[in-house]
Amino acid sequence: MHYLVSVVDDTAGLATDEEMAAIDVFNDRLKTEGHWVFAGGLAAPSTATVIDNRGGQAIFTDGPYVETKEYLAGFWVIEAEDLDVALKLAADGSKHCNRKVELRPFLGVDLESLPGQGSDQ
Amino acid sequence: MVDVRAAITQAHRAQWARVVAALTRRFGDLDVAEEAAAEAFATAVERWPVDGVPPNPGGWLTTTAQRKAIDRIRRENKRDDKHKEAQMVLDDGPPEPLGAIEDDRLRLIFTCCHPALAMETRVALTLRMLGGLTVSEIARAFLVRESAMEQRITRAKAKIKAARVPYRVPAAEDLPARVSGVLSVLFLVFNEGYLATGPDTDPVRHDLTAEAIRLTRLIRELLPADGEVAGLLALMLLTEARRAARISASGELVSLGEQDRGAWDVALIAEGHRLVRERLAARVAPGRYQILAAIGAVHTSAHDVRDTDWSQIVALYDQLVRLDASPIVALNRAVAVAELDGPEVALAAVDRLGDPLGGYHAYHAARADLLRRLGRSRESRAAYDQAIELAGNTAEIAYLTRRRDQLG
Repeated sequence: MHYLVSVVDDTAGLATDEEMAAIDVFNDRLKTEGHWVFAGGLAAPSTATVIDNRGGQAIFTDGPYVETKEYLAGFWVIEAEDLDVALKLAADGSKHCNRKVELRPFLGVDLESLPGQGSDQ
Repeated sequence: MVDVRAAITQAHRAQWARVVAALTRRFGDLDVAEEAAAEAFATAVERWPVDGVPPNPGGWLTTTAQRKAIDRIRRENKRDDKHKEAQMVLDDGPPEPLGAIEDDRLRLIFTCCHPALAMETRVALTLRMLGGLTVSEIARAFLVRESAMEQRITRAKAKIKAARVPYRVPAAEDLPARVSGVLSVLFLVFNEGYLATGPDTDPVRHDLTAEAIRLTRLIRELLPADGEVAGLLALMLLTEARRAARISASGELVSLGEQDRGAWDVALIAEGHRLVRERLAARVAPGRYQILAAIGAVHTSAHDVRDTDWSQIVALYDQLVRLDASPIVALNRAVAVAELDGPEVALAAVDRLGDPLGGYHAYHAARADLLRRLGRSRESRAAYDQAIELAGNTAEIAYLTRRRDQLG
């Protein structure tokens, strides 16, 4: 079972060196314990481009699709057998990156093809 | 002749949670379990009057519900996972002995009260899956539209399935925190029954207090060593024991001091006292519910309000403040202090709570009463006005209104 742990940020600042070091420790643990699938930090919302190609011609718009106080700063995709395991990992993730996180299950998607990832079952 | 209707009602109360829990374990799906259980009870209503009540109603209901569930899965899964279906059809053995299923009910409680669900959802789901209350009964109890309650329960079940909330008793290190969440759910159900809010409901909802007690008894059976479970059960019993004396013939709340103590339920009091004594004998530091139960035990030990051991009650509140420094505990402590040290000392303590409790009717009601006892009628009247405006219970509003109108 895969879960997305979204890192919610409400400040413009990037992670500090200390936070980065703590995140590295957490990532290593995820790998050792077999929960690691993928993780990444995202550049600021101001670097986003919105693309809408539903109308025949793609329209590119500078900036995020919605201006909010809180935004997605990064994420983990983790493998966990159930929500209780995922909740514990997400709680540790929040502590290590020093930010709020949101935990959501993937909708029965098979992510086996992702790099560095074992089987779900 | 056996009254079949009574047997079915009795089986519903006693077996609903068992049947749902056993099916959830087997099929891993709350929807399937609940619908199959409902179908099994519907079948019982048809068949038992004709065939007679089976010797083991629980086993009959579980077996019938399992067949219904398999039928349903066959119907719905025509093109789906054939392998899984075959496995379920093969496993059509006799139901497990009832003892083994008790663990299933415990798992079901922890699933319904999972911390990833909103508190109000946990309450609704527990009443539905363990209490067997219908969605419309739950909706009525919490004054929301049936469609809204249906949606809340459906969404919760979907989340349990999609996010894979585990169907198991939490590990030992997580157990105390998770049990306390379960107890909060049950206490919430009880309190809503005991002091029902809303202009259109009965001031006391016996259906809710009874259900809360029944489910707490179940948890007590399943976790007999947990002191807080025993404490909550004792607290509920000692509170419920006073129910008949709590509302006057004219529908007004009767304060503890004015209640007819002869109308209290002696059996419930005896059972509550037994539990409190059991916890005292355990010599383990008591939690919040055990202390509240002990306070209830002191109140119900006095045959006349003048015999109440207020110093013991204040001492228990002191103990409670150390565990839970919330302003509501401080307010209740101050009310007891008034009986021991007089209204002036108590009022000073209450006045310090105005900031956090300004929007809470009981704060203004307590102030109003203390001001009345100090002869400060004008201020008392203003406090009663505020309490009446904020109170939600019809019997309490009637009581506060009479008190206000009696001021000179």
